[in-house]
Formats: sequence, C-alpha cells, structure tokens
Amino acid sequence: MKEFKNFTMNFGPQHPAAHGVLRLVLQMDGEVIKDADPHIGLLHRGTEKLAESKPYNQSIGYMDRLDYVSMMCNEHAYVLAIEKLLQLEVPERAKYIRVMFDEITRILNHLLWLGAHALDIGAMSVFLYSFREREDLMDCYEAVSGTRMHATYYRPGGVVRDLPSKMPKYEKSDIRNNAELEKLNYNREGSLLDFLEDFVSRFPDCINEYENLLTDNRIWKQRTVGIGIVDPDRAIQLGFTGPMLRGSGVAWDLRKKQPYEVYDQLKFDIPIGRTGDSYDRYLVRIEELKQSNKIIHQCVDWLKNNNGPVMIDDGKVAPPNKDNMKDEMESLIHHFKLFTEGFCTPEGQVYSAVEAPKGEFGIYIISDGANKPYRLKIRAPGFPHLAALNEMARNHMLSDVVTIIGTQDIVFGEIDR
Amino acid sequence: MISLYEKKLKCSFDIEENSDISTLRIKKDNLLSVMFILKNDNQFLFDQLSDLCGVDYSTFGASEWQTNKPTTTGYNRGITPKSHGRLKFGDSVESQKKEDRFCVVYHLLSTKLNHRVRVKVYLDEDDHTLPSVVDIWACADWYEREAFDLFGILFSDHPDLRRILTDYGFIGHPFRKDFPLVGNTQVRYDPSVKKVIHEPVDIEPRVLVPRVIREKEE
Repeated sequence: MKEFKNFTMNFGPQHPAAHGVLRLVLQMDGEVIKDADPHIGLLHRGTEKLAESKPYNQSIGYMDRLDYVSMMCNEHAYVLAIEKLLQLEVPERAKYIRVMFDEITRILNHLLWLGAHALDIGAMSVFLYSFREREDLMDCYEAVSGTRMHATYYRPGGVVRDLPSKMPKYEKSDIRNNAELEKLNYNREGSLLDFLEDFVSRFPDCINEYENLLTDNRIWKQRTVGIGIVDPDRAIQLGFTGPMLRGSGVAWDLRKKQPYEVYDQLKFDIPIGRTGDSYDRYLVRIEELKQSNKIIHQCVDWLKNNNGPVMIDDGKVAPPNKDNMKDEMESLIHHFKLFTEGFCTPEGQVYSAVEAPKGEFGIYIISDGANKPYRLKIRAPGFPHLAALNEMARNHMLSDVVTIIGTQDIVFGEIDR
Repeated sequence: MISLYEKKLKCSFDIEENSDISTLRIKKDNLLSVMFILKNDNQFLFDQLSDLCGVDYSTFGASEWQTNKPTTTGYNRGITPKSHGRLKFGDSVESQKKEDRFCVVYHLLSTKLNHRVRVKVYLDEDDHTLPSVVDIWACADWYEREAFDLFGILFSDHPDLRRILTDYGFIGHPFRKDFPLVGNTQVRYDPSVKKVIHEPVDIEPRVLVPRVIREKEE
C-alpha cells in the first residue's frame, strides 16, 4: 500500500475566507492540520512611521484605516492618548457622543463579523440581514461626519461637530415613487437622535432574526461547537482580549475594569462564555450586540436632555470659531498656528487603551515635546489573536481553519498596520 | 507602588518621569529575573503582556525649526536636517546616539489585580541583543519578531526569529530613524523582461510640516 506523508499546503492570500490578505502555510496530515504558519504583512502601510512624520491631528484619519470595520474606536484610543499627554478635560456631551459612537461602531463591527463568519461557514442569508442594519448605522456615520466609513470625527478635545438636527433623507428618483419614499423616510423626519431612538427600539427584533437563523441551527452548531477551544489561563497567556478572552470565561472588559469617558455611569453587563469554543464566542458577541444597544439607548436619552459644548475652548488645540476669526486677532493667530504647525505636546510617554470591538486597542505615544509623535505604537487586538492561530487550529480539519479565522474576527488593517 | 518595586525586585532600576503609569528602566542582564518576579509575585501578578515594541531613540529631541528669540535682523527659520521624512535614496545618516540608541518597551497588564506597568530596556547600537521573554508570555513571540523586523533588535533564544511585516527578501529595518520614509526600493512589472522588478525608489520625499519643538512659555 502506498504511504502518504505530511504535505504542505498554501492557503490565501487570494481566498475569500482569508478575510483580506492572510496567507497560511499549512502542514497537513491528510485533512488534519499539524502546523499553521500565518504570513502577514501584505497590507503593511507603515502607519506608525507615517504618523511620526506628521502633526498629531493629521494622523487621526490613518486610525480609521487600521481596523477598517471599527473606525471610530481606533480614533478614540488615539485622541485619548493625546488628551492624556496634554491633560485635557473633554466636555461631558462630547464624552457621551463618543461613547454612543463607540457602541454604534461595536454593532457595526459585530454585524459585519456575524455576516462574514456565517458566510464563510456556509450560511448565506445572515449576511443579507446583518447588512440591512449596518446600512442604518452607516447613515449615522455619514450624518455626523460626511463619510460612511472613515469618519475622522473624534478630535483631541472632543468631537469635530455636534450631532446634526436633521437626518438626511432618501430622495426621489426614477426607481422610487412617493409611497416608497415615505416608507424609506419614516424614521428620518427628526434628528439623528430620533433616528437612533427608532433604531434602538427595533434592533432587538433584528438580533432575534439573526439568532433564529443560527443559534439553534444544526449545521451552525456542528461547525462551531468544540472548534478552537482556548482555556482561560491560556487565553490570558496568549494576550487575548475582548470577546476572544471573554468567550473563554474571563470577565475582563476595559469598559468596566478601567473605565474611560462615561462608561462608569452607564448600565450594561459583560457576557462571558463557558467552554471557550467558537460557538461561545458567537454567543458572547450576540449578547454584546444587545448590551451595546442598551448603552446607545442610555446615551440617546442623555444627549436629548443635555446640551453643551462638544469641543474644548482652547485655541491651542481646537480650531477657533469661524465667526471669531473675522474679528479677533488672537483667533486668527490660533487658526494659523494650528493648521500650519499643529500643537506641541509636553515631553513624556502615555499608553491609552479602549475596549474596541475586537479587544484592547492601545496607543503608545512617546513625545519629545514636538508637534509630531516621536514614536507611535499601535497595539492591535487582532495581532496576538492571529499569533495564536497555530495553537487553535492544530489537529483540526482544514475546513475548521475557516471557522477559526472567522471566530477571531481578523481584520488585516490593524494587524499589518 | 514604587516602594513595592524597590522591595521586591532584587536589582537596581530607574523610574522614568513624565509617564502615565509606573515606568521601570532596567538593565538587560536583569530582564528575565525581573520579568519572572513581575509575573509570579503575588503583589504584581502581571499575567498578560499587552504590548512589546521597539523604539529608536537616535533622533530624540531633534527639531527642524530654529526657535531663536525674534531679533531686529530676522525671524525664526526652518532648517532641513536629515530626518527620516526627508531622506532620499542612497542618503545615509550617521546615528548621533550610539549608547542607549534602541529601547524595548514592555507593557504589562495584570487581569487579576487590574494594574499596569511599563518596563523599558535600553540597548546600545553595537550590542542590540537581549533575551527573549517567550517562555514567560507566549504572545511575545510575534511581538519580538515585529521588533526584530522593524528595528533589527535581536532576541536570543527566540524560537523562530523571522521577519513578519515586511516583504519576503526585504533589506533593512524600516522603523529605524535613519531609514527613509519613502523607502529604498519600489516594485513594478516590467513588460520588457516580463517579470516584476525592484528598482530604486523615485518618489520625491516631502515634508509638509516641519518638526518643531517649542519651549513652554513661562
């Protein structure tokens, strides 16, 4: 009889389940994986080095492009680090807006993850459902910042502008008559907050729809239960954070443990898994959708009742009011200095982390007192997750690699930086 | 907290000022013993390595702007030193700082006691090897590969010290301050030889905003 030895197989980078540009070199024993070696860096753009040659504010846009499905959370860590260096106190309203958009971002991220993960494993329809709700939240991004994805909305000292009082509407076209238009615009008559309030009230039913498709689905369970088990101690040892760590049963969430902004004033729970397999991580993320929905609701209520500034009043950091610039010499000078030179931060080093949808997203800045960071290091949550792929995939079948890549919620923008 | 470090760590260390969290500066010979204590001692329990990164301190504090006091003869002037944003292909700069040029920064997190610490090890330009901490925290594997790839810092006893982020066959360590921002080579498909070729980069380096360090006004 002929004897078969281990053989090497290439997976990606051009593979729809590789979530972008992952290349895996797999050592296979038949259909069983003996060793997986991820090759990364195909999306390396040198964000950190670019940021070191630009004034602080000009790098906010780069942050969006790191983890390009949780844009505002990345900006958040970056502006928090700058605010820590400058010791700025952000207005209360800006904090609530940031928290609200962090949670919108979390929902956006988890919906994309849910759709793509299910699609990878073979459930096509979830993708269509989850993108339906994503569209609404993308519209919220667009309403505040003008762009659907790369918002550059957060700034050191607050957010760039207050929430709009009118929600943009669909317009009449050749393919939409008035009746359809009315149906599409029914929740867009009021402000952004009204739109979100409507969204928050119907989103739990949407989550039920996703769950109906997956949670008790036989095929879904066969593909995820018992796949990629990580026990709690090992998860900590491997540097896991976010849902990957909580799926293993460690109740660790920076929003609770090291609260930033106004998270300590909001009510929400931290879901954890029990077995640490892919199915548990799915359940954790589904519950996080519900919790995020709750947080958004609380923020909407607060924001409706409390007005105030959304940016600090400090001409050294925040651009001055356009009207003041016409009359005041000082505002004009501040404007000129800010846009030609930026602001200098005091010498020092800070690390600030936020609970991004994928885990702890940290920014480490070393400043030598200049208007540009001396060294910027981005701590991306996906990096240690992907590093553990070998361990998680060993002795699983080839098709389970797709499940494991999916459950890790890999996005190459942040891993390759 | 500082006194606790002094009591527990059986070696000398410095505390770096201007930091948001306790920042210990230790010698590389003590690295493994200090890390072992930080991980296992009951009052530290730093069970997770949040982050590990390299730093190149060779141009720390360098400015591209002469900030003299304005005089009757003129104003402040921009100067164009060789900073990484302005380097062209073939330019080389002599590193100003040979001693303590490189630094490896460890960010540790204790999920049990909920605190953080930052540990820094400085390395000379001629001797930039230090022991790997893979045996203490498994996730150090890729972080150390990254620091090696981007800064050329070597980690002894690392199981598999390969490049990680840069291209196959890449030359140089791109995050060093003497590596040009525009890079050294560019890649294109050459139809005459029908293959992808590497050639010297032809992007003009450009810095839109000079690097300025302003003295704090009293």
